[in-house]
Amino acid sequence: MDNNERKGKEHKEKTFSRRDFLKTSGVAAGGIVGGSLLGGLVGMEHGSNNAQQPESATGSDGAEGGQTAQAETYDARTFFSRSEDFETLAAATERIYPEDDNGPGAIALGVPYFIDKQLYGFWGANGTDYKMGPFRPMASDTHGRQEKLNRGDMFLLGIRRLQEVSQEEHDEAFHNLDEETQDELLKMFESGDVEVPGMRAEAFFSLLRNTTIEGVYADPAYGGNKDMQGWKMIEYPGPRMGWTNDIQSEEFQSLEPESLRSYQGGGV
Amino acid sequence: MAEELEKVDVVVVGMGWAGGIIAAELAKAGRSVVGLEKGSSKKRSDFIGVKDELRFDNRYHIMQNLSGDTVTSRNEVDDTALPIRTTKDMQLGTDIGGASLHWAGATYRYWPYEFEIRSQTIDRYGEDKIPDDMNLQDWGISYEEMEPYYEKWEYTAGISGEQDPLAPERNRPWPNPPLMETPSLKLFKDATANLGLHPFQVAAGNLSQNYENPDGEQLNACMYCSFCTRAGCDFAAKSDPLATVVPTALKQDSFELRTRANVRRVLYDEETQKATGVMYVDETTGEEYEQPADVVVLAAFAFTNNRLLMLSDIGEQYDPETREGTLGRNFNGQYNSAFNGTQGLFENERFNLYMGAGALGAAVTDYAADNFDHTDLDFIGGGAIELRQYGFGAISSSNNRPSDTPSWGKQYKADSLHYAYRALRIWYTNIAMSYWHNYLDLDPTYVDEYGDPLLRATYKFGSQERAIAQFGVEKCHEIMEEMGADIIQDDEVPEEFNHVYSGGHYTGGVVMGEDPETSVVNNYLQMWDVDNLFVVGGSAFPQFGGHHPTPTIGALSYRAAEGIEEFLENGEQLATAKGTLRA
Repeated sequence: MDNNERKGKEHKEKTFSRRDFLKTSGVAAGGIVGGSLLGGLVGMEHGSNNAQQPESATGSDGAEGGQTAQAETYDARTFFSRSEDFETLAAATERIYPEDDNGPGAIALGVPYFIDKQLYGFWGANGTDYKMGPFRPMASDTHGRQEKLNRGDMFLLGIRRLQEVSQEEHDEAFHNLDEETQDELLKMFESGDVEVPGMRAEAFFSLLRNTTIEGVYADPAYGGNKDMQGWKMIEYPGPRMGWTNDIQSEEFQSLEPESLRSYQGGGV
Repeated sequence: MAEELEKVDVVVVGMGWAGGIIAAELAKAGRSVVGLEKGSSKKRSDFIGVKDELRFDNRYHIMQNLSGDTVTSRNEVDDTALPIRTTKDMQLGTDIGGASLHWAGATYRYWPYEFEIRSQTIDRYGEDKIPDDMNLQDWGISYEEMEPYYEKWEYTAGISGEQDPLAPERNRPWPNPPLMETPSLKLFKDATANLGLHPFQVAAGNLSQNYENPDGEQLNACMYCSFCTRAGCDFAAKSDPLATVVPTALKQDSFELRTRANVRRVLYDEETQKATGVMYVDETTGEEYEQPADVVVLAAFAFTNNRLLMLSDIGEQYDPETREGTLGRNFNGQYNSAFNGTQGLFENERFNLYMGAGALGAAVTDYAADNFDHTDLDFIGGGAIELRQYGFGAISSSNNRPSDTPSWGKQYKADSLHYAYRALRIWYTNIAMSYWHNYLDLDPTYVDEYGDPLLRATYKFGSQERAIAQFGVEKCHEIMEEMGADIIQDDEVPEEFNHVYSGGHYTGGVVMGEDPETSVVNNYLQMWDVDNLFVVGGSAFPQFGGHHPTPTIGALSYRAAEGIEEFLENGEQLATAKGTLRA
């Protein structure tokens, strides 16, 4: 069990504050208009991050830190085609997991890219689901997923319906609305007060909500939980060989998290 | 056409605990055995370095891919069933190790009362105590007869436990001492003791120390890493077939294991009334094969055992209209009427809940079986009340919060960060009964990837399911109050089964007994109608016991292995049918 005994290397916490960045970018206030907000946002973010690069490269972070930063740099949409779909998605995830005094929200944690990657893969295409008909998505309240649509379709159609409702009700793009109005629209989906083709609105909302939370707390290997900030907030230490020496402790053990990559010994 | 392979003594379908035990025992006895596993090969290194909550707990990495084959589900006998489409709604085991690869390890024997539940209920409370809709049946075997098989399985598995003060005294102690006691377990034990109950440490299929089992397999002491349930063990520290019976079988020259071998039919000769072998598809090449054998053993999950018999037209299909037929009858399981209880939130205490092991827990059995008087209760049987410290990932812990608060947004974020490690859950593992209206048959509409009908489950709560669940919630509430929780959130007992098959505890349909009118197999799990066909596993449970099923499946598998060896010697039906009153 050599692999098992290999302890992950200590990670140096990044000094860059996404919260500060979001504040200066105006996203937290929900105010910036424009088709390329998120692209610009991410670009700026990485600009800032790259600015940190020489510092961390000369610090104790070493090659691993460099690789992590590089992976961030290349985040891009590979599932969502229309930038407005992605911006709507990003704004919705930020309402589900907003930035606050505890730390970053969904956007700064990379959740929109996490979802994009998930939808591109087997899960988004419902690769392990039974997909033969007949389909009767509205026949039962309690039979779980019955849609003909796969999860990727559901996200796209749901997000576009959110855009439509936003235009109909407020004559404005969803991501440009203020937080309260965004919440009101999301609640309409959550309670099933909106018609969405091929699915129940609440099924779409629940998918959006759950995938967002997964993006906050899944290992950063999946593209969310940037710099393990989600784990830091919830004080989750990440994967370890075991807890034999700590499990009887009366005190709560709050530890710096380690990633799956670190647990695996850095990969090849 | 299918290619016919060389005949063997025994062909075993499925390589979980049941199939692994049969294969190991018969191969050790020198019989030629072929094991056919629908899923893929798995070994320890599949789990080393991949401790990943999303992959195993949310994407169900080691659960059966449903794209080619699932189950349809309905509540009423005249409803149209819908297929269970996604692993979120149905988690079945697959690959070498089967469902036992992802079992948590909670180990209880069923009670003497439970094996003779019909006779003993009538003795104590009179026949009127049994509701009209309930097919309550004795198992056709007593606890005393089961004891040596339980013991054999427990020693193979290396179970770590201590004596439950209310359970029958063990012939031999558990093979290993109990797991460590954590603050959350201690809190539960102190509170239940204060209430006059009898707490003990749950016996665990997670090893408390290094151990060599009677077959010479080496298991290691559990590290409490928490990647246990729904994930495979990376350290040979969980009592699963991968660490025990499968390698034991593979050490025998007379055993051959074929993976990705999807059995589609049992081959049956009408004239001799014997099974002649099985037909399977190699899922790698798509080629069809026939594997002839003297004895055919179906040792798959309950769903597959039932479906293979139905597709092969062996046995008499149960019909709820006439109540005739035995195959598919007495389908049961721990659906959403089991495992209800309460969650307590503690403002002033944080527990290390990201540490744990699958069966790390404490329990009381004061409300199990007939350990308490049922005279004034509107149900029979019971279950354990448990607190378990599985070890939870971040996604899972982020669900802990007061239940009347939002599940997203600013308040959700603040609440979930606050309560992530302040939440303890206890539940009632209550018995689940069989009823005339719950059964398995083939679906008239939905088919698998080969065009064969899917299995259809018809299940709704019978007359006692909600009552026993409500009783459990109330008892859990009393205990949680004594534990000092600041907020106590009781589960709402469901109105009806909601078609979520997440617990994995589904059994029956090919049930054992001593009367061929009400059972398909005898107490060696040999079919009454087909002497050389054994159907082994949870499919044999006439109703569920008040605890997790795995140890009883393991024990029955050792008994079946003994029966198969005897049948290979003398070629006869092993049991004498006894007529009992039809339930």
